[in-house]
Order: sequence, then C-alpha cells, then structure tokens
Amino acid sequence: MSISIQTADFDLAAELSALRGASMGAGALVSFVGLVRDFADDGKVQNIHLEHYPGMSEKALENIIVHASARWSLLGVRVIHRVGTLLPNDQIVLVATTSAHRADAFAACEFIMDYLKTSAPFWKKEQTGHGTRWLDTKESDVQRAQRWIDQGDMQ
Amino acid sequence: MNIKLLYFGRPRERLNISSETPEVPDNIATLGELLDWLRQRGGLWTQELAENRVRCALNQEMSKPDAPVRDGDEVAIFSPISGG
Repeated sequence: MSISIQTADFDLAAELSALRGASMGAGALVSFVGLVRDFADDGKVQNIHLEHYPGMSEKALENIIVHASARWSLLGVRVIHRVGTLLPNDQIVLVATTSAHRADAFAACEFIMDYLKTSAPFWKKEQTGHGTRWLDTKESDVQRAQRWIDQGDMQ
Repeated sequence: MNIKLLYFGRPRERLNISSETPEVPDNIATLGELLDWLRQRGGLWTQELAENRVRCALNQEMSKPDAPVRDGDEVAIFSPISGG
C-alpha cells in the first residue's frame, strides 16, 4: 500500500499504471478520483483550501487501508490526498485498489473512500462570492460509513 | 503539567493559533475538562470551542471528552473533518 499527502497534482494514468505494475496476479483495478465541485450552498465556488493534521492524517489513512485489507483480498492500494488551494474541477483525492477479482477491488475502494471522509483529519474551506466557509462533516457521509458496520464483520 | 495543543480548521483560523504548550493545572483530568479550562479564556475562546463546534484527537487518535489527559500528551482541537 502507498499513501501520499501532497500539494502537487497527480497524473492519474501514471499512478494507475504503477499500481498495476506492482500488482501481479490482479484481475481488477478500481479507481476513484474526487474532484472540486464548482457549486456550493451559497453560490459558485471560487476555490477551496485543504489542510490536514500531519502525522495523524497518514496514520488514519494507513489504519483505513489495514481494515480494508483485512476484510477483502487486495493486491495493492494507492491513496493520494491533496492539500493546499485547489480550483473547481481539480483532482482532490485518488483511491485505487487491485485484487484478483473485481468484487473485492470495488468494495474496498468504496470502503476506503467512505472512511476517509469520516475519519481522516482533513479540513476544507470553501471560498464563494459570499466569503469563506469551513465545511462540516456531511451526515450523508457518516451514514455511508455506518453502512459498512451495519453490514457486519467490521474488524 | 504540560500538554501540547494543536489547532486545525475553523478554530485555528478564528483563534489565530496553530499550536501552544500551556502549563495546564494538574486537576484537569479529561479532554472535556481541558476544553472547559480553555473556554475560560473567554471571548472568542468560549465561542469557538463550544461543545458542538469542535472535535478532539488525543495523541493522534479521535477521542471523546471523557478521555483522560496526562503530562506530555498531544491534543488536537478542530472543527468537524471534511476531507475527500
């Protein structure tokens, strides 16, 4: 598994190619890329600022991947989370997983993303024409993460 | 005792502080009591550290107000997380 927290953008094709190269025996590669939305509750987003808790953010992501690896049969995991100032349509986050069969890669990718949203220490501040606003944890994200526990065998 | 305090997100910005290592009275036993003690600074501190506005991590683990704090601990105080 490999985790990066960085200000720089990432090359999706290069990242997936590297993960594929490191996942001999894989029959599936699933990836999710989160993008900066251009709409907010109070208008058009001009930019967002992302900060994190250095030290804890890496540990939290590692812990999520450890849980995913215990629950599904994974060959590789790549997570990149960007910080700093980002513009609408910019890439924020990459979660990519490889496994022998697609079911495990799909489920683990979604699980990692859902837990990242509710347990990794990152903060987003949105700038619109009306000023800036720190975003709160979304209730819908909490519910998505809870679903994995409700389905049982959460380790 | 000394506790290293880190601030992130909204409280970091509004209180204009990223970190400090204050001398905390020895009778402070839990995270909740530590927050109460910080709120006694008054003004913005009372407002920004209101119970429903902040979350805490103790030694880099998400923690609840009843978690015990000890000399040398690292406590982070932040607004609800919003990554991804």
